[in-house]
Amino acid sequence: MAELLKNEKDFVVPGEKIVESMDYIPGRNCFRDGNAIKSKKIGVVTITNRVISIIPLNGTYAPKVGDMILGEVIDIQSNGWIVNIGIAHSAYLPLSGIREFIDTTRTQLSSVYNIGDLIYSKISNLNGPDSIHLSMDDVRCRKLRGGRVLDINAAKVPRLIGREGSMIRMIKDKTRCNICVGQNGIIWMDGENQDVALEAIHEIEGRPQQEGLTDKISAMLDSRVKPAQVQTNVTNGIASKSVASGSFDPDSVDSEVGS
Amino acid sequence: MKRADGRSAGELRPVTIKAGVIPNANGSAMVAMGKTIAVAAVYGPRYLHPRFKQKYDKALLKTIYMMVPFSTNERVRPGPSRRSQEICKVTREALENVVCLEEYPKSVIDVYINIIQANAGTRTAGINAASVALADAGISMKDLVASAAAGKIGDDYVLDLAGKEEEETDCDVPVAYIPGQDKISLLQMDGKLPPEDVEKVIEMAIKGCKEIYEKQKEALRERWAQKGASA
Repeated sequence: MAELLKNEKDFVVPGEKIVESMDYIPGRNCFRDGNAIKSKKIGVVTITNRVISIIPLNGTYAPKVGDMILGEVIDIQSNGWIVNIGIAHSAYLPLSGIREFIDTTRTQLSSVYNIGDLIYSKISNLNGPDSIHLSMDDVRCRKLRGGRVLDINAAKVPRLIGREGSMIRMIKDKTRCNICVGQNGIIWMDGENQDVALEAIHEIEGRPQQEGLTDKISAMLDSRVKPAQVQTNVTNGIASKSVASGSFDPDSVDSEVGS
Repeated sequence: MKRADGRSAGELRPVTIKAGVIPNANGSAMVAMGKTIAVAAVYGPRYLHPRFKQKYDKALLKTIYMMVPFSTNERVRPGPSRRSQEICKVTREALENVVCLEEYPKSVIDVYINIIQANAGTRTAGINAASVALADAGISMKDLVASAAAGKIGDDYVLDLAGKEEEETDCDVPVAYIPGQDKISLLQMDGKLPPEDVEKVIEMAIKGCKEIYEKQKEALRERWAQKGASA
């Protein structure tokens, strides 16, 4: 194998040579120029087997099949919905992407999802960067009601989620706030301690690559979050405590569709 | 040969480049070449209005070059002029060669270049800033574009004309250069020059471009590198 000019986790800028050899294959955000493989973006090199790819450090969201994304319904067509997902192209949620059967002669599509509704859905099919098809055929998919929406840089989403969801789970558990993170950088939240959760998210977005960021956010949440409301009910002289819980589990939430 | 500002013939003005100067833009950069300062901001790729301008197979690169009214001693009338329209066009054509427009069909990438202080060489400074800003925005590019001008004063070939030199020189040749491909994406000539000199002047400009290219990479590294260490 030829010697790498850039190693794993090295920073590269567009046009920078990573390797000069046909032993490797260009992956995401890379291209071949003669014998060399060069970067297309500012990012960090990753090498899996013989495939070289770049994890971008900035940029708009690039859709991938299987990604869970948040979007707003902006138009209703005869056979589906047009969804704004915060990038140049809007996505399409066809009727076939919905779990329930809907008889279009009896039901108005706006009664299922109306314009302005926020939905958490999955990218089912991609046909080039301008044809994005969504589906609600996943237990995590649902319509989101109330709460607030914020927008972060899509390149920072993996860090907000953390390794196997560790970071976002910690924020959810400690703030007892319902949070829903789309891969496209749109985030929905509702419930207790929203301001603290918001601050934590901005902190992660602002300086995501710090060592021990999880510990820092954990400490910050511990100091800022008010303890769970303890309700003391005195009945017949016996004090019973009930703790308000607000842990969000999307799997337990039924789909809004149907009826 | 000593020049008006004390530089030698083949020396650039002091160049400082800073990426990420405009928080609201997707990507941005400031380039100062001596007293010439250019600020570029990139927005997009985003939805293109009006729709008839959309290309089904690639993005539209829109460059807007503007000299702010206070950029020179004499007030510059704001708004597009014959000169600024020309510079918009040549800047766009210099950058189109490296930006992977085919990855963003039907959308637009807006590049706003503002010259906040002008002292000769604004188009080269603008291209340098725009190129860093595009990379900073995370847009797919085959390479960065570096740009510098060269000319001839008396019998000497000089790099990066500044201030009064632009008037003294027989000829001003701005060049935009793609270092990774060893190609020229912008070549203009203002004035007269014997054919045998043209090649030497271009060579000198390319030498300057290569120096600027290193500074551009350094600027991007400064903004992103230590952050990316543990990605």
